[in-house]
Amino acid sequence: MPGEHFVVPPHWEWYILLYFFFAGIAGGAFVIGTMLRLWGNPADKAASRLAFIISFPLLLLCPILLTLDLGQPLRFWHMLVDVRTGTPAFKAYSPISLGSWGLTIFGLFSFVTFLGAVGEGGYLRWRILAGAGRVMNSALGKVFMVLGAIFGFFVAAYTGVLLAVSNQPVWSDTWTLGGLFLASGLSGAAATVLLLNRGRRDAAVSDGKLMEADRYFIILELILIALFFITLGGVVSKVLGGGWIILWLVVLVGTLVPLIAEWRPTMRRQLPPVVVPVLVLVGVLALRAVIIFSAQA
Amino acid sequence: MAAPVGFFTDTTLCIGCKACEVACKEWNALPNNPLEFRGSYDNTGGLDHANWRHVRFVEQAGTSQDKPIAWSMMSDVCKHCANASCLEVCPTNAIVRTEFDTVFIQQDVCNGCRDCISACPYGVIGFNSTSGTAQKCTFCYDRLQNNLKPACATACPTQSIKFGPLDEMRQTAAARLNTLQQQGMSQARIYGNEEYGGLHALFLITDKPEAYNLPSAESAVLPSRNNIPGYLTAGVTAVFAAVAGLIAFRRRGESSSPSPSGAGSGSSPSPARGGGQGGG
Repeated sequence: MPGEHFVVPPHWEWYILLYFFFAGIAGGAFVIGTMLRLWGNPADKAASRLAFIISFPLLLLCPILLTLDLGQPLRFWHMLVDVRTGTPAFKAYSPISLGSWGLTIFGLFSFVTFLGAVGEGGYLRWRILAGAGRVMNSALGKVFMVLGAIFGFFVAAYTGVLLAVSNQPVWSDTWTLGGLFLASGLSGAAATVLLLNRGRRDAAVSDGKLMEADRYFIILELILIALFFITLGGVVSKVLGGGWIILWLVVLVGTLVPLIAEWRPTMRRQLPPVVVPVLVLVGVLALRAVIIFSAQA
Repeated sequence: MAAPVGFFTDTTLCIGCKACEVACKEWNALPNNPLEFRGSYDNTGGLDHANWRHVRFVEQAGTSQDKPIAWSMMSDVCKHCANASCLEVCPTNAIVRTEFDTVFIQQDVCNGCRDCISACPYGVIGFNSTSGTAQKCTFCYDRLQNNLKPACATACPTQSIKFGPLDEMRQTAAARLNTLQQQGMSQARIYGNEEYGGLHALFLITDKPEAYNLPSAESAVLPSRNNIPGYLTAGVTAVFAAVAGLIAFRRRGESSSPSPSGAGSGSSPSPARGGGQGGG
C-alpha cells in the first residue's frame, strides 16, 4: 500500500489530548470574541468580552500541559531558542516549532485582550485596565483583535497539521485534520461561551447568534469528518475498529444532537439548557481522543 | 568535512548470531531489554532506545513440506537518511547532520517531545524514559572521530555488516548484487539507493522491502508532504468559519433584548432576520 510505514507510536496521550482540546477552545473563543465585536450589535459586547476572558486562562493551560508531556520538562525553552547558537529556534516546516511560536505570540494577544475585557467589564477597577478597555473599541483595538484572531485560528488548527506532518498511520494519511480540529475547536468555543452565558442576562442576548454560529461550525465539522474518512481509504478500519466506534458514536451525538436541537427550538426546549453545550464539548474531546489514540493503538 | 560514510548489510551473509547487537550495547553502554518469548526465535525485540542494532529474524512460508519456514536474517539499524524525516520535524535542532553525513541526536539538546518518533518511517528511534530523551544509533560517532569502525561492523563475524565510505559501499553492494543475480537469485535487490534521497545504511535483501519492514521506494515519503495540504485545509476552513461568523453575528435590529425565559436558557430566539443593518 502506498505510504505504508513501519513506525512506532510517539505515545502522545492524555496531556496532548487535553492540550489539543484547550488550544482549540482558547483559539476558537478569541476568534468568536473578535467576530462578535466586529460584526455584532453593541449588545453583543458582553458575550464577546466573555469569550476574550475565557480564552486566556484556557490558553495558559496549554504550555503547562505541553511541558508536562516533555521527557525533559525543564528544557521546554529549547522549543524557542537554539541552545547551540543562542538564536531563535524556528523551523517553518516543523509544526511543533511553528506552533511554539504561534502559541507564544497568540499568548500576547490573548493576554492583552483579556486585560482589556476585564477593564471594559469593570471586573477590576484599575485605571490602566479601564484604559485598555476603551482601546478595545477603537480602530486600533479592532486591528489588534483581527491580528490576534489570525493567531487564534492558527492555534486551534495547527494541532491537526502537527499530527499529519508525521509518518504515523491515519494522521499522515489525510490532509483534513487541521481544518477538522479548527471547526471542532470553534464549535467547542461557541458551546463554552453559551455555557458560561448562563445566569448572565447581559451576555445571554447573544445566545441565538452563538447557536446559529455553532450550527455552521458543526456543519463544517461534519463535512470534514466525512472527508477524513474518505481520505483514509484502506486505513479507515484502524479508526473504526475495536472499541473506537464507541468514541465515534460520542462524536456523532456531540454533533448531531446539538445541530438538531439548535435548529429546532421545540426540541431544544425539551432539553435541560446545559445539555446541548455539554454534548458539544464532550464531542470535541471525543473527536480528538479517537484520532490521537486509535492511530497509536 | 569528512567523506560520507555508510553501512552495507548483506542479509544473505547474516547468520543471526547477534554479535552486532552485543558489540553495540557494549560500546555504547546500552541496557539490556528483558528477554521474552514473542512467538519467534528472535528474543531481543526490535530497534528502540536501548537497541540500536537489532537482528531481525524474517520468517516466511517455506517452499516445501520439509522446509515449512524460510528464515532470512537482517541486522537492522538507523538508516541515516540523506533526507531524514526525524531531522526535518525536530523543533529544537537537537537532531543534526554530522561531518560524516550521518544523523545524530544531541542528548543535551533533546527535550523529549517525541516528534522524531512519530516521523521516522523505519521505527528506529525510541524514547528513553530515564534520560527523558529520544535515542537511536549514533553510527558510533565517537569511534568515527577516532578513525575506528563502528562497533557492530567490527564485531560481525561473517562480514554481513560492512562499513566504509558511502560511495565505496554502493559499489560493493552493486558488485555483490551482480554476483547473486548471476547465481540465479533474481529476487535479490539493493535497498537504500533511492529511498529518502539515499540511505547511509544499504541492505541487500532477497524479497520485497515490506517483508523486512522497510517501506517501498514509492512509500518512502517525508512528513513535510502534509504541511501545505494541512495548512491549506485549515485556511479554507478558517475562511468558511469567518463567513459563518459574519452570517451568524452580523448586526441586526438594535433592539436585541435578554431572553424572556432567563439568561442562557437556551431558548432565546435568534433575532429576526431581514431587519439587520448589514455586516460590518
